[in-house]
Amino acid sequence: MPLTAIAFYLLAIVTVVSGFMVITARNPVHSVLYLILCFFSGAGLFVLLGAEFLAMLLVVVYVGAVAVLFLFVVMMLDVDFARLREGYAQYLPLGLVVAAVLLGEMVTVSSAVANRGAAAANATPQAADLHVSNTQSIGQVLYTDYIYFFQAAGIVLLIAMIGAIVLTLRHKPSVRRQKIHEQVGRRRRDAVEVTKVGVGEGISE
Amino acid sequence: MTIGLAHYLAVAAILFTIGVFGIFVNRKNVIVILMSIEMILLSVNINFVAFSAYLHNIQGQIIALFVLTVAAAEAAVGLAILVTFFRNRGDIAVDDASMMKG
Repeated sequence: MPLTAIAFYLLAIVTVVSGFMVITARNPVHSVLYLILCFFSGAGLFVLLGAEFLAMLLVVVYVGAVAVLFLFVVMMLDVDFARLREGYAQYLPLGLVVAAVLLGEMVTVSSAVANRGAAAANATPQAADLHVSNTQSIGQVLYTDYIYFFQAAGIVLLIAMIGAIVLTLRHKPSVRRQKIHEQVGRRRRDAVEVTKVGVGEGISE
Repeated sequence: MTIGLAHYLAVAAILFTIGVFGIFVNRKNVIVILMSIEMILLSVNINFVAFSAYLHNIQGQIIALFVLTVAAAEAAVGLAILVTFFRNRGDIAVDDASMMKG
């Protein structure tokens, strides 16, 4: 049990510290790298809780896709990030007050829920079904009870993909593009003309 | 010592607060705002998975899966809007993004 506690505290501290570094780092590339670290140690917390499938999903989706997407955008856009930090001190007091109030409320509520809620009777994390793996038990519920939600999630992803493409696609007028319907619909009479050429005469338009 | 539900909820609460604080202090930098939103959604996921594990009920993990899906879609569309905005304005300072104000 102490090993679990050590792992928990290590992962929790890394998650919180790297999360704090995300919002305070001067260089946004460092912010993205700290975000990757934050998600990675969050995935470690999921493993401690016995949710291996979601942990791997977090690593694949966030570290593999979303964070790299952030990294691409940060590196591609030529932005003066020093100028974006001008108002940093201006909102700091208000932010601290709101954050302190929020943290106090949330810790109060969650300690009350953890000590007196329905979960108080269970001292240790445990899988819902002990006979199958985590992935299998997610699949058993996801593809039966939540099948419509699963389909809706697919539609959400499809629409997000179409939206991202539509937003970023642009046609440059200087680039020659294929006009497939014109190229396929081209006939011999559009391109070739047969004329009689007299002896000693040329062809003019 | 046993790691109970309260420990995980405290981590999630701290991460949520950091995310909200990040939105407050980085008012101009929309990239950091998007990353703060991702951290807020991660803290929500930690809550869902922790409750799922301590209540011995798999449904929390299913909902966390859907939250993950929506967060990925939101990041993709948000960054696409950011790229379009940068292309139109040459800058990403969101505090003077008031084109749609009448």
